[in-house]
Amino acid sequence: MHIKDTLPELYKIRRPLKTEDVRARLAEKQGKEYWRSLDELAATEEFEEYLHREFPRQAGEWDDPVGRRRFLKIMGASLALAGLSGCVYQPPESIVPYVRQPEEEVPGKALYFATAMPHPKGATGLLVRSNEGRPTHIEGNPDHPGSGTPERAPDQRVAGTDIFSIASLLTLYDPDRSETISYRGEIRPYTSFLADARTALDGLKAKQGAGLHFLTETITSPSIAALMKQILTALPQARWHQYEAVGNNAATAGARLAFGQPVNTVYHFDRADRVLALDSDFLAAGPGDLRHARDFIDRRRVVAGKTEMNRLYVVETTPTNTGAKADHRLSIRPSELEGFARALAVVLGVQGAAATLTAGRTDKIDAIAKDLQAARGKSIVIAGDYAPPAVHALAHAMNAALGNVGQTVTYTDPLQFYPNDQPVEQIEDLRALVGDMDAGRVEMLVIVGGNPAYDAPADFQFRERMQKVNMRVRLGLYFDETSEWCQWHIPEAHYLEAWGDTRAADGTVSIIQPLIAPLYKGRSALEFLSAFTDTPEKSGYDSLRDFWRAQPGMGGDFEHLWRRAVHDGVVPNTAAKEKTVAVNANWANQPAVANAQAASGGQYEIVFRPDPSVYDGRYANNGWLQELPKPLTKLCWDNAALVSPATARRLFNVGSEEAIATYKGIEYMAPVVNITFRGQTVRAPVFIQPGQPDDVVTLHLGYGRTRVGRVGAGTAQQPVGFNAYQLRFADAPWTATGADVKATGETWQLVGTQLHFDMEGRDIVRSETLDDYRRGQSDATSETVREGAGENGGHGVGREGAGVGKEIHKEPAPDDTLYTGFAYNGYKWGMAIDTTACVGCNSCIIACQSENNIPVVGKEQVARRREMHWLRVDAYFKGLAENPDGVYFMPVPCMHCENAPCEPVCPVNATVHDAEGTNNMVYNRCVGTRYCSNNCPYKVRRFNFLLYQDWNTPSLKLMRNPEVSVRSRGVMEKCTYCIQRIQNAKIDSEKENGRQVRDGEIVTACEAACPTNAIVFGNLNDPKSRVSQWQREPRNYSLLAELNTRPRTTYLSALRNPNPELQGT
Amino acid sequence: MATIDHPDDESGVHVTPFPVIEPGHTFDSVTDKISALTLQRKTPIAWFIGFFLSFMLANVLMLSLTYLVLTGIGIWGNNIPVGWAFDIINFVWWIGIGHAGTLISAILLLLRQSWRTSINRFAEAMTLFAVSCAGIYPIFHTGRPWLAIYWLFPYPNTMNIWPNFRSPLMWDVFAVSTYASVSALFWFVGLIPDFATLRDRAKSKPFQIVYGILSLGWRGSARHWARYEKLYLLLAALATPLVLSVHTIVSFDFAVGLVPGWHATIFPPYFVAGAIYAGFAMVLTLTIPLRKFYGLEDFITMRHLRNAAKIMLATGLIVAYGYMMEAFTAWYSASEYEGFMMKNRIWAGPYWWAYWLLILCNVLIPQILWIKRMRHNTTVLFLVSLVVGAGMWLERFVIIVTSLHRDFLPSSWAMYRPTIFDFSTFFGTMGLFVMLLLLFIRFLPVISIFEMRTILPQAVVKEEEEAA
Repeated sequence: MHIKDTLPELYKIRRPLKTEDVRARLAEKQGKEYWRSLDELAATEEFEEYLHREFPRQAGEWDDPVGRRRFLKIMGASLALAGLSGCVYQPPESIVPYVRQPEEEVPGKALYFATAMPHPKGATGLLVRSNEGRPTHIEGNPDHPGSGTPERAPDQRVAGTDIFSIASLLTLYDPDRSETISYRGEIRPYTSFLADARTALDGLKAKQGAGLHFLTETITSPSIAALMKQILTALPQARWHQYEAVGNNAATAGARLAFGQPVNTVYHFDRADRVLALDSDFLAAGPGDLRHARDFIDRRRVVAGKTEMNRLYVVETTPTNTGAKADHRLSIRPSELEGFARALAVVLGVQGAAATLTAGRTDKIDAIAKDLQAARGKSIVIAGDYAPPAVHALAHAMNAALGNVGQTVTYTDPLQFYPNDQPVEQIEDLRALVGDMDAGRVEMLVIVGGNPAYDAPADFQFRERMQKVNMRVRLGLYFDETSEWCQWHIPEAHYLEAWGDTRAADGTVSIIQPLIAPLYKGRSALEFLSAFTDTPEKSGYDSLRDFWRAQPGMGGDFEHLWRRAVHDGVVPNTAAKEKTVAVNANWANQPAVANAQAASGGQYEIVFRPDPSVYDGRYANNGWLQELPKPLTKLCWDNAALVSPATARRLFNVGSEEAIATYKGIEYMAPVVNITFRGQTVRAPVFIQPGQPDDVVTLHLGYGRTRVGRVGAGTAQQPVGFNAYQLRFADAPWTATGADVKATGETWQLVGTQLHFDMEGRDIVRSETLDDYRRGQSDATSETVREGAGENGGHGVGREGAGVGKEIHKEPAPDDTLYTGFAYNGYKWGMAIDTTACVGCNSCIIACQSENNIPVVGKEQVARRREMHWLRVDAYFKGLAENPDGVYFMPVPCMHCENAPCEPVCPVNATVHDAEGTNNMVYNRCVGTRYCSNNCPYKVRRFNFLLYQDWNTPSLKLMRNPEVSVRSRGVMEKCTYCIQRIQNAKIDSEKENGRQVRDGEIVTACEAACPTNAIVFGNLNDPKSRVSQWQREPRNYSLLAELNTRPRTTYLSALRNPNPELQGT
Repeated sequence: MATIDHPDDESGVHVTPFPVIEPGHTFDSVTDKISALTLQRKTPIAWFIGFFLSFMLANVLMLSLTYLVLTGIGIWGNNIPVGWAFDIINFVWWIGIGHAGTLISAILLLLRQSWRTSINRFAEAMTLFAVSCAGIYPIFHTGRPWLAIYWLFPYPNTMNIWPNFRSPLMWDVFAVSTYASVSALFWFVGLIPDFATLRDRAKSKPFQIVYGILSLGWRGSARHWARYEKLYLLLAALATPLVLSVHTIVSFDFAVGLVPGWHATIFPPYFVAGAIYAGFAMVLTLTIPLRKFYGLEDFITMRHLRNAAKIMLATGLIVAYGYMMEAFTAWYSASEYEGFMMKNRIWAGPYWWAYWLLILCNVLIPQILWIKRMRHNTTVLFLVSLVVGAGMWLERFVIIVTSLHRDFLPSSWAMYRPTIFDFSTFFGTMGLFVMLLLLFIRFLPVISIFEMRTILPQAVVKEEEEAA
């Protein structure tokens, strides 16, 4: 049935030619396209009609001689104009000033709005910058418990955020997002879908909805949950399933094992002195990671005379950021994890924990147990989301035994919403749906978000079984693998485009406030699901407000409370209530859950993890995230099979692990293996990960997408990664035992932004133990300890360089020169970075990319080492490749050297110092000799070797920060200390009677994004500023100080707090 | 003035086996023979083939540069950290080659080395063409050549923006442009009397007109000769310091930077010696086939080749000393970065082969020239000169690429690989060079006619008689 037949009146309405349509069309185009007129480009009905009508509208003109001449003239002119418009980037548009200026809108001045990003790990509270109605940058909300610090006094609050939230901005403007409603690939209006859905619903109503199944992601939105309940009440036989590829099923199952009921665990790292992580990456992944990282690092921060640190033990099956920060790290196989936890539980006196332990580790266990027991009530044992349920149960029992419950560990009700409030395990939930589909009991399947055709367990054969369903409807941001197999596809509104609500990891609800009208007329889940109620076209805004108006907490002056909640970004008093639960006495005797996988022959164990950058695959079309180097491998644009050096040597039968990779020119060609598990095989390139346990292969999920967009899919010859979901089975979601790995002899190009992880004995990241640091403090007069007080206060010299037995390099004294230095009388900007605090989460990189309009260059250009990130996070491994003593993260922005080596060599004065000490790039003046980059010892300068910026895609133009130049080809660029933010603060201060800019008024993008406050920026002439205080710390040092570059960015050394009892083991 | 009876170095016998001009020539025969190359002799078919091939290569250069300007530096292999690669290697290489010309024409003139006479015109032309090729790189290696081409010059402008006079690249602009203009002037002034000869001997009208214009009304009067001699000497004096200054300044591009492997005080003399080394190698590479094809053995004798070989041997040893001192300084400085740079260059790095090829080409193989028999064998000389040319190119590769690819922070270390466009640009400039050279051979006297006449025995006798 054609739309014309259903809704003839709609079809007749003449749609005016809109630039949006033209733009949308252009956005779809992959290369150069030619069109005859803008109408054709926008594919308006008139043009279609014109093409198809036998006698075009002007045909009558031919009879009239005067009219004919005029007609020809107009035709000629319009053809010429059509050609002309092809010469400019965009069709001409008229600029109309505001007739009625929006509230508080001052053209040129950014506004910030609170909102929140829904995410399976819990919402992140956000402040979104809006320039003239366009969201242009995303930062954390200080008032939100997930990303900020609401417990502090209002003027003390800070916030950080994660890479997914910041990069969601690019997803909003992604030109590959689905833009149209389609039925079997044909474009349809929403009314057509509604008609179709209503017809189907009418049929289902008779059966009380039997045969109607909803499949959603984890729902953390109270209003959507309420709406689902409303639908299920009206259609009691309908089913609602939830599936999330990267869920925390194991935690739920573990809690049920320990307590007999599912609970949500809240960890208070701000109160913990000893932390044991059992395969948990609590600092950089999973629910509450931002909060965990901040609390943990605050407890660890050694500044302002404080010399106490917490201590972190990490037992893990694959290296993570948390493992990188560990004071003691133990790398074990997944199959050994439970044994380790049991053995430790025995030593800690947990009842019923019988232990069988691999010999040789007992001494470590005793020492760890002793240390944990010494901090009773001030320790945390945390099990990772991907650890087996038994380990979760053991962790709960150990926390109880250590007296941590109620102190550092508290419990609440689960945060997700379930039908009938009965928590269901998601994999079982999906299994039920698959069973129903297979049995033909599903007539209509409504998939809201997610991407089950891509990420469902391999044994479910979801895609094949889906096709047994008569009517399949999909709401999604992209026309992806799942939409491909659904008749109806409805474009989803991005969270920045629609009203909604969502819960953070502690249960606090945020109202999602849209920043922009839907770019492609997408619909939010709330609006879409209304189609299945009696008010199918109710707006999301109304649904949301109606829901909240009915909430008990919003009684009284609703309008006031609503405005407050929207403004603050949090709904007050919605955090989940603490709840007391007791560990079952007999929990250990219960049958183990989901741990009974039969080994299937091979000798390898597989560890599945969500990808650090593209997560479960949902960000595969996000160029910022694809190009973001992964924290420990620095690979981008690919996933890889991570193996230990010894495993690599055995796999490829070589003497040295360096021999496994080949080079094609400078292209790093990784050898490809076939990984087989239960009859399924994937081809994967191998990458050596120091610290990986032997015989364990880590596979990151989220790659190998086939239908996603121009960024994430790659080409047939060069796909973007491989799909690890093919090896993932419902009973082995996170670890698989008995996999087989075989070398194939083929190679696969991997690209990364750092290929060398050894400091080569150089004094780059200084590290020392807390004990040594304390000794140095008490011995402060010693000449060998601290040398040369630089002008920034103390250029303290670390006591032990990263290099073994290396002499620490001294910065030449400032008066070792014949020239008098420049007197910085006004402001003197500087930055300090605490390498102890950096957890390597990469937020700063993405924040910098978003703030400073940094382009994405693509895999081929990264292979040529031309990535454009102004800020990078270097990672160095210390010690042996087999089992490194530690990983050190070092964020490297421009150092803004006072004696900048880049400046004297530029022939055209395109890089110059200003009176406040920043080293500035004058893009307009730059001719691109690249001499400055050659002469930069920190290699922080980035060159536009080609035209990397996308000057044509209209949606991306909306995204850019209008305060930062968009650089063209042939120009050098680099970190500016966010000079636009400096200028804004200075302008504000000058308006207020020329007062000084206050400390903390200027927050650089990287500083604002950092969840652990590892970066501070400020005025070095103000002795009370945080940066001055940090630079006076004895841990402060300048990178490559001996070159006398006098960097304004300095580092605080990396402190570790190892257990003396475990030293040297 | 010019004497040909120096005792032969090796034999000590008062007989000259290799005069600067073979006996039996008269003023007429010299003039006839050289001017015939441009005026009478039929252009050999080989010239057309050579011209066609080099013209094609020059077109490859044109296409490469066009594509470069339209697309960006990204078509080359340069990256971060290796911001400079083939572009600057080739620039330094071509500039170095140019040095022999100025050295021969200016310094040897002032030192009254009469043997320079038969090769100076050719060497000067080579200088000019090499500098033209070199000049392409600094302009086109920039990201925005359309601006670089004039922003690097200190021109007065309403914005009051000047170039950065502290930048060695700025000094390069002055050094290279001065060098190019003085060389061109010197070459042209030296050509004026010969233009007049060609004008007088040309049979066809167009040649008469063109050469007539170029000869600037030269009539050979005593006054003309007096002014000419004065000017030529002055220009020689002007050009002399340039021989030293240009490559000194080019070496500052590196020495002023703080990259380990660049930041060395030895660079200026080491670069100048290297330039003369490369320049003489190029002179030999071009002269040996030229004298053979055009039968100029009478004028460009073994004496010239032998002397050039000796200069190569001497400058080659200076260059070898430079390599030694680089290694010594790296060790003696006790700087870990310098030490690592040398280690990386010689054995630990991925480009170790480039270093050892360089040592082979520039230090080991040329030592064969100590043997007289080899020095007098034109084939050996030709091959050695080719090897030295390649070696000097490798030297710049080692200095630029291997120093940059692993500098201070290991996180930024990377590899460099040239692309097809790096090669097409390089070979393109070679094509341009050969094409210009072939045009020069065809239309201008490759050997200075009037200066050759002054070294004929007849001229000497007359002068001696006058002196007596």
